[in-house]
Amino acid sequence: MTADSLLAITVLWGFVFIYAVMATMDFGAGFWSMVYFNKEKTNATNIANRYLSPTWEVTNVFIVAIVIALVSFFPGATFILGTVLLLPGSFILILLALRSGFLVFSHVAKDYEKGLTYVSGISGFIIPALLMLVLPITHGGYIDVVNGVHQLNFGALFTSPNIYAFIGFAVSSTLFLSSLLLADYSNVADELEAYRVYRRDALILGPISLVTAFFIMLTLRAEANWLYTNMLDYLPFLIGSVLSFVVAGAALFLPSAKHKQRIGRPRLAVVAVTIQYLLASYAYGRAHLPYMIYPDVTIESGFTHPNTFRALFITYIVGFLILFPGFVYFWKLFMKDKRYLKQNES
Amino acid sequence: MDDLVLARSLFGTTMGFHIIFATLGVGLPLMILCAELLFQKTKDQDYAIMAKRWTKGQAVLLGVAIPTGTIAGVQLALLWPGFMEVIGRVMSLPFQIEIYAFFIEALFMSIYVYAADRISPRMRIISVTLVLIGASASAVLITNVHAFEGTPAGFRIENGEIVDVDPWAAFFNPSFFISAAHVAVSAYMTGAFMISTIAAFKMLKSRKNERVYKFHRKALMLSLVIGGIFSFLTAINGHESAQMLHEYQPEKLAAAEGLFETQDYAPLAIGGFTDRESQEVKYGIEIPWALSFLAGDSFKTEVVGLNDFPEEYWPPLFVHTLFNGMVLIGSFLIFLSLAGFVWYKFLKKPHFPKLFMYAFVVAGPLSLLSIEFGWIFACTGRQPWVIYRILATEDVVTKSTQIGMLFLLFSLIYVILGIAVLAVLRYYFKRHPVEDELDGGVPNQNNLSY
Ligand code: HDD
Ligand code: HEM
Ligand code: HEM
Repeated sequence: MTADSLLAITVLWGFVFIYAVMATMDFGAGFWSMVYFNKEKTNATNIANRYLSPTWEVTNVFIVAIVIALVSFFPGATFILGTVLLLPGSFILILLALRSGFLVFSHVAKDYEKGLTYVSGISGFIIPALLMLVLPITHGGYIDVVNGVHQLNFGALFTSPNIYAFIGFAVSSTLFLSSLLLADYSNVADELEAYRVYRRDALILGPISLVTAFFIMLTLRAEANWLYTNMLDYLPFLIGSVLSFVVAGAALFLPSAKHKQRIGRPRLAVVAVTIQYLLASYAYGRAHLPYMIYPDVTIESGFTHPNTFRALFITYIVGFLILFPGFVYFWKLFMKDKRYLKQNES
Repeated sequence: MDDLVLARSLFGTTMGFHIIFATLGVGLPLMILCAELLFQKTKDQDYAIMAKRWTKGQAVLLGVAIPTGTIAGVQLALLWPGFMEVIGRVMSLPFQIEIYAFFIEALFMSIYVYAADRISPRMRIISVTLVLIGASASAVLITNVHAFEGTPAGFRIENGEIVDVDPWAAFFNPSFFISAAHVAVSAYMTGAFMISTIAAFKMLKSRKNERVYKFHRKALMLSLVIGGIFSFLTAINGHESAQMLHEYQPEKLAAAEGLFETQDYAPLAIGGFTDRESQEVKYGIEIPWALSFLAGDSFKTEVVGLNDFPEEYWPPLFVHTLFNGMVLIGSFLIFLSLAGFVWYKFLKKPHFPKLFMYAFVVAGPLSLLSIEFGWIFACTGRQPWVIYRILATEDVVTKSTQIGMLFLLFSLIYVILGIAVLAVLRYYFKRHPVEDELDGGVPNQNNLSY
């Protein structure tokens, strides 16, 4: 592994992590705005929409950024991945199109809001499960080579407990993370009813997501043992991850710092959970190296031309410098400005 | 049908659908910016109302532009993995920089739409400007990849290996500036003529209501000025694009003009159909010497004909019709905007004859049609190559099957999205007619946020 290819895979991993957090928020918020659609008193749907409306577009750019980073840093992986992912990838695209379109439409066509919210809520719930499939597919085991063409073995895919563990983890994490973040968001907005609802959801879903995570490890042992043994080398990270989860849980029971009558410190919980996922995905990512697709493609064999990499990297730095103030401004307007958080939507 | 044809059809359909929304996503922000600027300058509330309503429309269109664009980007890798492998090694800069453009557009579009009531007018103008820059940059950058496919540069293939990679030389490939400019100015003109379409349609319906009529007439005049300027620039630049083809992809120009024999003093064929058997353009009008002049600014220019190339390298001959369609529409729209402007500003007639109005109504759809013609001409006219003279399309297509099913599924999704977006736009603007906002309304309390 050269320094360049390590740097590239780190950037890619960073994008995947950011997208994972933003997308769980995005898809989860769509789901909750559907679930609480009829409970007007709690304002839970409004809170979800207030977060969702300005952010889904920005979140969507990250998924494009991942695909582009993958193709431009590791073109050697493109051929196999493109071939193998044709069907699952296309289904993800179709759902994504439905969901983005109907999300926007639901805000405009108020009379049909309910039906449109259902389309975007349900598709937003399935997408994370399909997206997550990409990970186990890269573990090998589900790819056959027929006449020199790599093909996805759907039979193996759908009979594998490991796959279902990943799907369960994707769905429960999406709902857990999003309810936690929305709890924090409604806490900042002083929406007490909504805060109570989302805090409760987070408390229920957190343990479920942890169980699915253990289930992944358990099934991984049988189905991708190379990865399992590698991951055990990073056991301290995994333990740290579980500890952060415990911290997050505890934070939801601490008395609030500013308001006597409220219970829980959701901001602290959000930070702890982010650290939890960061540690766990670092351990997973590290253990996955040097393979991109086991055993055919390593980050070395798939790596782009060094000249291209250097040019790309310069644009990353320049791009970051230009975009950073924009992100800060955006954050200030939608995540901090009380006028936005507290507005009463029609 | 074999998988290659299906893959082409699928990708072409995706692009043909995306480009409608993408083009408007580039063109409408310019119109919104103009309206915002005019409002600040004249303090005429009508322009603020225009900016607000067009922004609403644009926000709805984005709901389709963004997912279809995402589909386009991922489909490139799914359907043409061999192509993206080369692009990844050589030409990934534009894709990468495009991501930053998308971010700028997405961030400031959200700010402009959802925070309009909390930011100053100056910040509003800066935000729309950044949306315009972001959208135009993404169009220019993606077109650059297309330009590279026609005039590849910055690498060599030696024994199947890619060597001598110079990513910036690839980025600044010979046709980059001309193609990118053509796409940008044609998008601005399309955005403007779409506004003409709506304004003229509304004027036809509101002749009784003087106030509403005047509002739409302002929008119409603005769109004619912007549309006129940019359709003129499109034609001038289109002429340069044709000269660029003459230099770098002569068989494409020959197919576009239905020219079989290499000759100087070559005639320009307008209309008609190219006939492979008799090697001539049937039912067309010929303008002697004109093609030579177009290709090289001199009647003596020798224009290469199709017979100088092996027949398997010939692009499909129907591109002649597409090229003609694009040029005719372009010329007509220049004429139309000039005529409308003269009629109103110089002859000072406040009402336009019916025929005039119908022409304004079709201007937007015609312009979009021109975009479709141009792109299908440019992409299909490149066949059989995906990268001109370096990589054949049949060698880069995915080896997976099942593309037929995907073609049906994606087409179905486009139909659903297309119908839904029209229905939603219709619904919204029916519910919020402009009458409600004029004068009595509360235009400045910007309730753009949903
Ligand atoms: C409103 C749309 C519109 C209008 C009125 C025109 N064009 Fe165009 N044209 C396009 C929209 C467009 C396009 C869709 O944007 C294309 C497709 C690919 C590209 O680079 O731009 C294009 C491509 C394109 C090409 C091919 C470039 C290539 O193959 O890479 C040529 C030679 C021209 N145009 C020439 C013209 C001429 C001589 C016009 C005279 C008026 C003209 N176009 C009007
Ligand atoms: C948005 C407007 C566009 C439209 C309507 C369009 C249309 C088409 C069509 C109809 C085809 C099939 C060609 C055939 O087989 O006859 C095609 C192929 C293709 N186009 Fe475009 N295209 C567009 C833009 C682009 C851009 C910007 C790029 C560059 C990234 C591009 C890259 C390709 C590639 C790689 C193929 C497949 C390989 C090939 O057939 O050559 N297209 N497009
Ligand atoms: C192969 C060709 C193309 C690809 C792969 C592609 C890709 C994309 C992608 C991924 C998006 C979504 C961005 C987001 O998530 O915000 C998008 C949107 C857009 N594209 Fe395309 N595109 C293509 C052709 C074009 C062309 C030819 C134009 C120029 C007219 C264009 C202009 C736009 C615009 C203005 C948007 C609007 C949304 C935004 O920028 O956020 N695209 N495109």
